[in-house]
Amino acid sequence: MMCSLALFPPPLPGDGETSHYYSKDEFTTDPSVWFEESHALNLYFPRESLKPHSRPESSSKAAFRDHCETLYTRSAGAWRDAGLSGLLNEIANSSAEVPKWLGVSSRCVLALLQWVSSFHGSLFPHLTLSSEEMTAEFSQVLDWSDCAVRGFAWHPHTQKCAVALLDDSIKIYNPKSSTSPTLKHRLQRSVAALQWKPLCASDLAVACHNCLLVWHVDPTSLSTRYTHTHTHTHTQPHSPQVLPQRFHCSPSRRPSSGCAQVLSHPGHSPVTSVAWSPSGSLLVSASPRDTAMLVWDVAVESCVPLHRVGGGGVTHISWSPDGSRLMAATPSSLFRVWETRMWTCERWPSLKGRCQSGCWSPDGSRLLFTVQGETVIYALTFTDTPGLPLGMSGGPKAATVVADLSETSLDTPDGDTMVGGEIQSLAWDPRGERLAVLLKGDAGAGRPAMIAVFKTQINPAFKLLPCGFVQGEPGTEPRLMQFNPNFRHGAQLTVCWSNGKITHVAFYFMSARVPQPGVGGSPPLPISQGRPADYVNQTLYTELIS
Amino acid sequence: SGHSKDGLCTGSSRRDQVIFWRAVASIAWSVLLLPPTTALYVVLSRFSLFHPLQWLTGKRTLKNVIYSQNIAIFSFILLCGVVLLVGFFNLEYYSVVPSIACSKIALLGHVLHPRQFFHSLVHCIMGVVVAWCCAVTIGGRYQALGYPCMKDESGPQMCLNENHLVLLLAGAFVGYSHSLLGLVHNMNYISFHTVQQYKYLCFKGTLPLVMRASAVQALYSLRNFLALYFFMGYVPRAWVCRTLDLQVDSSVYSLDCVSGLLDLSLLYQLWISASFLLFTWYITVLLFRIFVTEAYSFPVQPTFQEDAHQCLPEVITGKQPTILKFLALQDLARLSNHCPSRRQEVFSLSQPGGHPLTWTAVNRECLSLLSDLTERLVSHHDNVASNGRTNRSWVLFPPPGGSRSWVLAHVHHPLTSSLMSIIPSRLPSCPSSPHVFPHVHHPLTSSLTSSLMSLTSLTSSLTSRCGPWPICFMMSDWVLFSLQLPEASSQALFADSQAHIWALEGLSHLVAASYSEDQYGVVQTTLPSILSAMLMLQEAVDRHFKLPHASSKPGRSSFSMGDSSYKTLRFALRATLKTSIYRITATFGEHLNAVQMSSEHRKRLQNFLEYKE
Repeated sequence: MMCSLALFPPPLPGDGETSHYYSKDEFTTDPSVWFEESHALNLYFPRESLKPHSRPESSSKAAFRDHCETLYTRSAGAWRDAGLSGLLNEIANSSAEVPKWLGVSSRCVLALLQWVSSFHGSLFPHLTLSSEEMTAEFSQVLDWSDCAVRGFAWHPHTQKCAVALLDDSIKIYNPKSSTSPTLKHRLQRSVAALQWKPLCASDLAVACHNCLLVWHVDPTSLSTRYTHTHTHTHTQPHSPQVLPQRFHCSPSRRPSSGCAQVLSHPGHSPVTSVAWSPSGSLLVSASPRDTAMLVWDVAVESCVPLHRVGGGGVTHISWSPDGSRLMAATPSSLFRVWETRMWTCERWPSLKGRCQSGCWSPDGSRLLFTVQGETVIYALTFTDTPGLPLGMSGGPKAATVVADLSETSLDTPDGDTMVGGEIQSLAWDPRGERLAVLLKGDAGAGRPAMIAVFKTQINPAFKLLPCGFVQGEPGTEPRLMQFNPNFRHGAQLTVCWSNGKITHVAFYFMSARVPQPGVGGSPPLPISQGRPADYVNQTLYTELIS
Repeated sequence: SGHSKDGLCTGSSRRDQVIFWRAVASIAWSVLLLPPTTALYVVLSRFSLFHPLQWLTGKRTLKNVIYSQNIAIFSFILLCGVVLLVGFFNLEYYSVVPSIACSKIALLGHVLHPRQFFHSLVHCIMGVVVAWCCAVTIGGRYQALGYPCMKDESGPQMCLNENHLVLLLAGAFVGYSHSLLGLVHNMNYISFHTVQQYKYLCFKGTLPLVMRASAVQALYSLRNFLALYFFMGYVPRAWVCRTLDLQVDSSVYSLDCVSGLLDLSLLYQLWISASFLLFTWYITVLLFRIFVTEAYSFPVQPTFQEDAHQCLPEVITGKQPTILKFLALQDLARLSNHCPSRRQEVFSLSQPGGHPLTWTAVNRECLSLLSDLTERLVSHHDNVASNGRTNRSWVLFPPPGGSRSWVLAHVHHPLTSSLMSIIPSRLPSCPSSPHVFPHVHHPLTSSLTSSLMSLTSLTSSLTSRCGPWPICFMMSDWVLFSLQLPEASSQALFADSQAHIWALEGLSHLVAASYSEDQYGVVQTTLPSILSAMLMLQEAVDRHFKLPHASSKPGRSSFSMGDSSYKTLRFALRATLKTSIYRITATFGEHLNAVQMSSEHRKRLQNFLEYKE
């Protein structure tokens, strides 16, 4: 049985409810959605305070070079920056200094190259995008290019988070520490994704414009050096003597030896997705321009490219929590599910559009994914025990639709509200009890971007139940969301809003699953849920047990 | 005991067969790949820029091939023979523990070692053979060494075809430099990849790199060869003329001048032939590596008593040969991570008796590996701490009696000093690992000995001639300054660390899995010793990385067939060690407080529990 958003409790009216985020004793009308007030990590980054880096465009670069360098050094620089086409461009543009035949021939080759690349681009239209546009297109963040917060990552084991900002810096917050280090690197441009290394205290992988950075943020030496930075946080008032620390790797220092490792590979740019293996041993990175997915051994700084024909690149990767499988989406209507023992893959073609987002159930048995241009959530079920030699044989034969999020209008005290539409990203909480869906919305049609939350059940049968909507202050839209893996009383969804605020929405429940050892022992008594009776038994999707 | 010894012998020979058959399979595949490679070479060697149509239609090619069919078949058989021989050399010379030269003298010792000399010589000859096959295939003016020419005074004579000679010499040079660079870049070292793929996919993925590496390496070798031939070319030419009684045709330019060597067609043929030579050899090396490092699944428990020596605990504890031990450790790491059913076998009890024999054997071997490394690191650190502070370097002097034990002299300052201390010791700055894997071929000690013998004899002759000590010291000081490779001692310490990495991964995964899967509690009893071994290693590694040069990373070498992953093994070990401890602490959490351990270890463990390491 599969139903639509119409079964959801209506979203709260926009006005007047925002105070609930920050007032202590009131609850929202949906009792299952509580907003925890005075969270230590409620952060605020006003859009105005962050200046995006004004990057030297290629034209200004060329003009700069013209004045001060010889043809040879200019050519060498162009070769370094932009490869063969850059070199040819440079030669073709400086016709006064080169022999005529050289200029003509380089123009011809350049035209040929452009023709070939336009042909290639007609096969894979995404290749015609610039790097920034590509990152914005394939990022999991809604409206990435204009978003103050471009990335957010909870540490998998401790209450610590990293926030990537519009100005290409990364800040690290830890409620136990009064300092928040700022990570800056000259190669850290247009951050598309970031993730902490599992089973490690300090390593943070960042997907940058043309490389991967792995930061080593020493958790013990946070109070050695301080410099001033402009940060506004809700709970950490500025005090003159305690200011955040800044790590800065100067360009003169060898980048690999310092606090950041630079991992780059020719043709692998821009990097739009990174994923650590849950065992912490490998790092996988993907770029929409590179048909190969790179598997890095970070300590050794070596990588194994995994090439497969088709797709034209890899946009988004997601590792199953048990480490046995890896989903890799491509820019065309195809995605792959890799088996990580022998690194073979299963192709999932014939989608209507490209795979936009995907997430795994905590036991690694189910993959939910969404497709661009469609308003439904698909599920794949992997029944075999992971790790057997014939790993892929037990895989599913077809994806099933588990939820339909097409537009519906819901009654609210303020009148009808339109909800639904295309899906930007999915997030499943680490216990498998809540599924958050970030809906793109459509400003023209009066549909704001919104987060719909489902209750989920994995065992004995897979079930989806409506839970509620998460809305921000009026006029703000959610941009990015992630579940906190260390929340002990249920699930906690961290949402980054369009106005630069980061808030945390807690869902309290008694976990049906035995909590994972080490994650946090037995959860303390949860606050009981009094929920409207008419929503309890409505199941959006129930799997038939055969 | 006689019975067990017998079993061990047959066991080890049977186990050797695994590697042998894998090598045979790899050689068979490289022979099978020879026809397409040769065909590609033939097509490329006929390529002419100015006659593209002729090249495409290939009339000449066909005619030539039919014309010289017999010779073509013969040369192809020769090529097969060369590939077989290269494969045999791979099997004979490979090692899973790289031999790291700690100074340039040691490297020189490696080069001059008879074993390596033999290797170089054979490769040199094989290079000539391949180059001859290439010359025959190209035909035309490269076909033969002599050609009939008319000289004024006498009748028809045989003249030297210098093009052919240059091709042969280039083959010899490329063959020799392949052997030499193989030594310098540790091409015989076989590394295991972190990502296991099927052999075909692995081969397909690496093939473009090999092509590129062979083309680039051919260019470099050729540049060196041409420089050499430019200056020294007349020597082999005169020698060949004298021995074979050939004349030098004075109407043709000799090739050891600028205009002669700038023949584009000749350069192209030389480059293509050198690339072909290197490509076939590299493919053989590559296939050998892929086949040998393929994961092997050892049975955890024997189904019959006779097979006991083939199963995992036995192979892991065995010493000979090293590669099997490595394969077994790799299998352990994989099974502990991926296979719940095989993990169950590790945790099971022996049927009569009820002892956890498998787990005990695995655990004991892994712990001994770890404590070995700890010991090695600690002693190295102590050495450096006690001696390294006052001075920079060490010199080895032969003892007066000429016995095999060496005396280590501590040089304080070249001009003002004398011998500060004389300590009998083995190589201190370059700890090798013979006590861990005593059967690894480790030519370091002997070669260093022989090379130093010559050095010290030189020094002593100088001393006797010039009299006083200072000259000797200046000499040795210069030698030390120019010849020490700073990072090498750190690399050498961790040369076999792949084994430790697998041991750590295997142990930590097994311990983590035991939290929910170990029914009899066999792991629990050993948890304190595992934790203390890991923490002690962690401490030793931390201390080691505080030494100078230990944490500096080597530049990444690109497009070379030599595997330089051994240079960064210590970083991999450090990362794996941390992850392993975190894996155990994350799984057991607060329960670890009930484990017996020293207060110092508890403090360290507390750091891990709080994610502060």
